Amino acid sequence: MKIRLRVNSEERAYEGDAFKRLLDVLREDFALTGTKEGCGEGECGACTVLLDGKPVNSCLIPICQAEGRSVETVESLGLPDRLDALQKAFLEEGGAQCGACTPGMLLSAAAHLRSKGRTDERSIRASIGGNLCRCTGYQHIVKSIQKAAKAMNKKRSHAR
Amino acid sequence: MRGDSFAARVMRPAAAAEAARLYAANPDALPLAGGTDLMVAWNSGRLNGRAILDLSRLSEWRSIGVAAECVRIGSLVTHAEIESHPVILKRLGLLAEACSRVGAVQVRNRGTLGGNIANASPAGDSFPALAVYEAFVHTLSREGRRSLPLLDVFAGVKKTALKRGELIERIDVPFLSKPPARLLFRKVGSREEQTLSKTVAAGLLWLGKGGRVSELRFAFGSVAPTVRRLKAAEAFLRGRRLSRPVVERACELVAEDISPIDDIRSTRQYRMIVSQNILRSFLIG
Repeated sequence: MKIRLRVNSEERAYEGDAFKRLLDVLREDFALTGTKEGCGEGECGACTVLLDGKPVNSCLIPICQAEGRSVETVESLGLPDRLDALQKAFLEEGGAQCGACTPGMLLSAAAHLRSKGRTDERSIRASIGGNLCRCTGYQHIVKSIQKAAKAMNKKRSHAR
Repeated sequence: MRGDSFAARVMRPAAAAEAARLYAANPDALPLAGGTDLMVAWNSGRLNGRAILDLSRLSEWRSIGVAAECVRIGSLVTHAEIESHPVILKRLGLLAEACSRVGAVQVRNRGTLGGNIANASPAGDSFPALAVYEAFVHTLSREGRRSLPLLDVFAGVKKTALKRGELIERIDVPFLSKPPARLLFRKVGSREEQTLSKTVAAGLLWLGKGGRVSELRFAFGSVAPTVRRLKAAEAFLRGRRLSRPVVERACELVAEDISPIDDIRSTRQYRMIVSQNILRSFLIG
């Protein structure tokens, strides 16, 4: 089966089995290994990507259901030489330890901030409620996201 | 991943009539909506060799329609779409709240109301709200359409009363004819998000003259093989004032309609006591 989709703003074509997981297509067919597999059963959120801008577990999506849709992976946020505000804040605040949950955390947080979600602690925690972290205890992740939100607001008000 | 993707035979109808025809011809195929439950089983390898009927291209089942007397929710509408729909938020608030407490963001963005019902988990968080609003489930098969009350859809743990070849097309949720005096949604789990409920409740209460109960509708999930309305307590309370002894009797009667079990998430005793406490605090007001 041939499937066309947008990945990180590029048109991509996949040819293969219709029921391969989006997670595996991203990693194996498109070499986008930033997306990690955690539990493989939709509990941990490590494999979170954005599908038409919304956080989803890529381990639970057969590639046929991504046909004609837009996928964003952690690589779309920024690369080491050009990090975005969230990635910078995670580095500065210790939002990442082992790093397995980080790509998913970043994308859930990005979707929340982009949709003008509230930045109080409770709202931030709800936005990453589907992303489990076994290292940080979450405090530093929440701080990182709040710091990024501030930085992004500042940038926005400067641009005005 | 142990799911053998190369063994999958996937059918992808583009229209409802085609879906019904394919399902009639392949009644052992597994209907796939948002995949939040099916793909978990698939990834484990338990479904290897099964044919899949992917419904995701049926755009006609993906919209919410507002009629004079009800909201018609297409079976492929996601929990995220329901929790943010302005009319549902305003007039069917318990359903919006229930959907906002299903899984976490990632699951709510994919999981559909029709898929949730067809999956028939005892812990379906939207079911108590649908039960107190007395929703109807509409189905389509090659033989035609029919509708049945939500409670009649569930036949047991992960079992529905849907016939072979029958697909859920939409769910109609009636508006209330009179605003209730009190309403409640309550989910009790181990954490706020991404948790399965130990008990989950929805309730609507109307009071008449002198504070007498004119109607109570109260439902629990996760405490029986299927979602349960509290038939005994609802009947007992009709026409009574909510005095302390009356409330206590109603709480005792909860045991007539629910039958919680010990499992990995909780105990029978905890679920019973917490369920009774939820009803008690709702009735005391």
